[in-house]
Amino acid sequence: MSAAQKNRIAGKGRLNAAKPLRFSFDGKVMQGLEGDTLASALIANDIHLVGRSFKYHRPRGILAAGVEEPNALVQVKRDGARTEPNVRATVAEIYDGFAADSQNRWPSLEYDIGAVNDLASPFIPAGFYYKTFMWPAKAWAKLYEPNIRRAAGLGKAPIEADPDAYANRFAHCDVLVIGAGAAGLAAALAAAEAGASVMICDEQAGVGGALKFETSAMIDGQGGHDWAVATAAKLAAMDNVRLLTRTTAFAYQAQNMVCLVERITEHLATFNADTPRERVWQVRAKRVIIAAGAIERHMVFAENDRPGIMLASAARTFLNHYGVAVGRNVGVFTANDSAYHAAIDLKKAGVNVAAIVDWRDAPAGPAIEDARALGIEVIPGAGVISTGGRLRVSSMLVQAKAGGVSRLIPVDALLMSAGWTPSVHMYSQSRGRVVWDKETGRFLPGAYPQDAISVGACNGAISLSETIDQALAAGERFANEAGRMAKRTALKGGSAESFEGGVSGALLGADQGETVKAFVDFQNDVTAKDIKLAVREGMQSIEHVKRFTTNGMASDQGKTSNIHGLAIAAKALDREVPQVGLTTFRMPYTPVTFGALVGHARGKLFDPARHTPIHAAHVALGADFEDVGLWKRAWYYPRAGEDMHAAVNREVKTVREVGGMFDASTLGKIEVVGPDAAEFLDRMYTNPFKKLEPGRLRYGIMCREDGFIYDDGVVARIAEDRFHVTTTTGGAPRVMTMMEDYLQTEWPHLKVYLTSISEQWAVIALQGPKAREVLAQLVEGVDISAGALPHMSYREGRILGVPMRLFKMSFTGEAGFEINVPSDHGLAVWEALYARLTALGGCAYGTEAMHVLRAEKGYIIVGQDTDGTVTPDDAGLGWAVGKKKADFVGIRGMKRADLMRPGRKQLVGLLTKDPKVVLEEGAQIVETPNQPVPMTMIGHVTSSYWSENCGRSIAMALIAGGNDKMGKTIFVPMPDGVIEAEIVKPVFVDAEGGRVHG
Amino acid sequence: MLLIHCPYCGEERPEVEFRQSGEAHIARPQNMADITDEEFEAFFFLRDNPKGVTFERWRHVHGCARFFNAARDTVTDKILMTYKAGLPKPDITLPEKTLALTVDPGVSGRSLLPGDAK
Amino acid sequence: MAETASRLPVIAGARYAKGRASVSVAPPAARLSLRAPSESVAALSKALGVALPEKPKTSITKGDVHALWLGPDEWLLIGPDGHDFAGALAKVAAFHSAVDISHRNAALMVEGAGAADALNAGCPQDLNLSAFPAGACSRTLMGKTEIVLLRLAEHAFRVEVWRSFAPYAFDFLEDAIKRDW
Repeated sequence: MSAAQKNRIAGKGRLNAAKPLRFSFDGKVMQGLEGDTLASALIANDIHLVGRSFKYHRPRGILAAGVEEPNALVQVKRDGARTEPNVRATVAEIYDGFAADSQNRWPSLEYDIGAVNDLASPFIPAGFYYKTFMWPAKAWAKLYEPNIRRAAGLGKAPIEADPDAYANRFAHCDVLVIGAGAAGLAAALAAAEAGASVMICDEQAGVGGALKFETSAMIDGQGGHDWAVATAAKLAAMDNVRLLTRTTAFAYQAQNMVCLVERITEHLATFNADTPRERVWQVRAKRVIIAAGAIERHMVFAENDRPGIMLASAARTFLNHYGVAVGRNVGVFTANDSAYHAAIDLKKAGVNVAAIVDWRDAPAGPAIEDARALGIEVIPGAGVISTGGRLRVSSMLVQAKAGGVSRLIPVDALLMSAGWTPSVHMYSQSRGRVVWDKETGRFLPGAYPQDAISVGACNGAISLSETIDQALAAGERFANEAGRMAKRTALKGGSAESFEGGVSGALLGADQGETVKAFVDFQNDVTAKDIKLAVREGMQSIEHVKRFTTNGMASDQGKTSNIHGLAIAAKALDREVPQVGLTTFRMPYTPVTFGALVGHARGKLFDPARHTPIHAAHVALGADFEDVGLWKRAWYYPRAGEDMHAAVNREVKTVREVGGMFDASTLGKIEVVGPDAAEFLDRMYTNPFKKLEPGRLRYGIMCREDGFIYDDGVVARIAEDRFHVTTTTGGAPRVMTMMEDYLQTEWPHLKVYLTSISEQWAVIALQGPKAREVLAQLVEGVDISAGALPHMSYREGRILGVPMRLFKMSFTGEAGFEINVPSDHGLAVWEALYARLTALGGCAYGTEAMHVLRAEKGYIIVGQDTDGTVTPDDAGLGWAVGKKKADFVGIRGMKRADLMRPGRKQLVGLLTKDPKVVLEEGAQIVETPNQPVPMTMIGHVTSSYWSENCGRSIAMALIAGGNDKMGKTIFVPMPDGVIEAEIVKPVFVDAEGGRVHG
Repeated sequence: MLLIHCPYCGEERPEVEFRQSGEAHIARPQNMADITDEEFEAFFFLRDNPKGVTFERWRHVHGCARFFNAARDTVTDKILMTYKAGLPKPDITLPEKTLALTVDPGVSGRSLLPGDAK
Repeated sequence: MAETASRLPVIAGARYAKGRASVSVAPPAARLSLRAPSESVAALSKALGVALPEKPKTSITKGDVHALWLGPDEWLLIGPDGHDFAGALAKVAAFHSAVDISHRNAALMVEGAGAADALNAGCPQDLNLSAFPAGACSRTLMGKTEIVLLRLAEHAFRVEVWRSFAPYAFDFLEDAIKRDW
């Protein structure tokens, strides 16, 4: 035993003295033992001062030994990138080299400037921030908020990217058991021995729960903790059981979906870089057994927050499990029997117990007798009314409940127990409504909305035998309900201890006076009088009291404070506790890292990046890419010395003068097959399809029922009963969904099926005067001469020996082809075409050039020139609406009066007065520039480019009554001046349209 | 994440495989071109937003890809039953203060009554 | 013609193995999306020489051909590269839709005692043998991509995924296997 670990008691606890570790706190290097938490190691080194409180910067120590800890929050620093604030010292397991710092103090933990807030506390009561910084409004952003932000917050967020990996696992089981204390282990054993598939988790490093400190527990003839360890080993060895320690059930969702987070590397000094730091388990359980135990409450009295004042069960855990005495001369303030056992254990370990102050008037029973027999003074019918000491408690001031003379008793630690609060968080998260048990003053689980049950202390059990009986019954029943009944488990357990009784609320004037600070919520510095103030200010419901005072809103979510807060509010309102209400417990039970929630979805797994089969060719050509949905599309192909502008200018010119190639593989494609295929397309598109002959193409417009354009594309009729439909790149999934919807639910009698073939075919658009010459060198079995293959025709043949679906069509206004080949051949076909095209002076063009080329022809892009409020007529596509059709999607919607109204916004072309000025897409358009602001806007620019082929800028716009305003001048007000433009027809190249037939 | 019973797959599957698709049992008029403005309004725009049982369309889009219908209690967010598209709207009235069923009674034939889960 | 395009599948040859599982890219395959009403199933099964499964979440394997039930009127047929499904069905008069999707998908093989766990990193379905036995198949999700999952054996799965999502699916499974411990 190291001399430095002055509070480590030889022969006590379960840690191995032969396994020392070095750790540091605030830079001071100390020794602990393997298995220590930071809290137990600090106390072993006689350090109780661990942090400063959030609001008043009061010195704070360690209250608990588990996750409910509100005070001892530290910054753990593994390395530069791995630093985490607000880690509970009672949860952090130390490893060799572990380092942590205290938080919320400057310049040091012992001397903290912010503690001036404590003196100023009469001026910063609950609600202070809401009331004080309301006016003037401008001061909020510049003065109040920055300063409050600087002062607030605990710890520091890491500034480097998280270097750790995280993982996720979906799991299914018959029975999930939450908690591996006596209740959880017994329930899991019963379920597992019956044959059920079982998962059992516990948030702590080891199993046992309260058995870690409950020394008199005996189960199955063994000491309680020994039984727990043996049972855990037995369970872990069973094929049908998965036992997870360091694993917190943090969210209980619908239909028994419970989310667990498993901490895998956090307690290790070194680990393999592949190992995830944490893994989230999304468990779907047929049945859930909640065995979450109970949480001890502190006592609410003045100055109850000094370092060294802690829960009795925590002191007992530190002694019996970690072998650490929390002091050498301890006081106890209790309202139940369980704290007596802490006093007895400490006394037996050689610690002086100065006195047990018992709130009860006449405590009696074996625990009290045992304490007295050990020579411990018991002061019944009394309370602690204050404490002394600056950085560590040094005394307690004791007074009879009836009043009278108070007595100062020196102590170096003070243990409290106001009773045990069943941990109903998981039950509450499962949407259960807790029920107030007036007799015992506790909220207990009521009816179960899901297939779950609570057993043990979280279900109100106050003894070990009751706990074991509940657990075995639940485990067996749930296994049986899952159809497993292999074996019945019998266990007998018992203990001399009881966890019943207690008080809640403020004691002995702790809620009186301006300067009295009796803390209810340590982490948010909420005192008893703050809660009374909230009631005085008119808060009637606990939900309002909570938000006004912030009681229970810290990261511990009020695990120790909720019941006290309720009791104080209820007393102030003169109501029963259930009438004031209990706040709903929300997920997560304890804080969860963002990393765990993100899981695998980082870096390249954040979102799929979709590449076309021809992607490698674009990369080789040095293309820049743009994101189109999840697709990476070649945007333009800069050559040496070219910027984007120069590259696009070259590409658009080359396409019209020689020829160009474009990767159109991302287009959505649907194969429509069946005798009713034409009938179906007739109904889906505004255009008629029944008379389209096999071997022909038709441009189609699809509307929604409201008559607005939804998508467009080219449809090929392959055969009487087979069509190849194309959609926009972005519209592919939604068009397929809409078609399936109509087919399945409106017209299920139609004999037609839809199959997505978007990724079956790579598509190469080959456009321009030389296109035919290039293609002719490679195709077989199809005559592509102008006479044999007119514009808007479809043929099948072979290219490079592979099957080809050939569309004679154009989205550039030039004569062109769209060549579909099976995806795995896309690259080879591209490269063969590219070699021949470039030999003639052609080039590849990207999506930007494609946009310019189509705008030069006035071809729309759905989603850019339309926005969900544009009809085919508005877009100048009225010709594509079948006038003789009896029905199609949108037929009625587009006949609504407003959609037929003259003067609607219509798609037109714009030419700026100054040909060098390129309008901004989205810019608003007005009729006259000299209007007062806000001006009357008559439309907006939808597409705008520099057109190298026109030698000037071109644009498209939606303008009210645009078709009747040809030749008129409109104005585009911009921050640096008004731009004048003329309304023209939206065709800027080859208005007669002859080139496509070339 | 809910479990949703797909009436085509015959089993409960995780919610992420499904997409909700709006209110069920709104038939597209056969004489679409001829309906009045009021009829079009009722068909296209007006939707119920009940407290209690609602009937809605779902698609098992990442499963069998079928559209089907579900009766869901908007108070508890429990799906009371699912049934194939085209079947008539079932008659479901929730007894007052009854905990919603946790298992689809229409398909699995097993219902869980209040208290059963305790 | 001198040039002949050879089939160039996405991420061909990729493989990752560690601990209890491995993921690798399956060789190119022939695939057919077959849609048909139940009245046509008998005729189609006869023509194909494989009894199309009619029970949800099941598949039939005959020789080197798998027939997967995807929906009540939808099957995915998988065979060796070049297998002529369309030819086999060409003369079936019963109403059906046969669409070649050989190149639409890529396939990954996930194998080993940790295969199900690796898939369950992103697939929310119950992959316990009792719920998803050998031969079971389903369209489902894995992470942010849709997949068709076919269990070939207790410790072997075939993951069919759309071509452009294959690199993501491979990377996801690699990460899942790497993070197993």
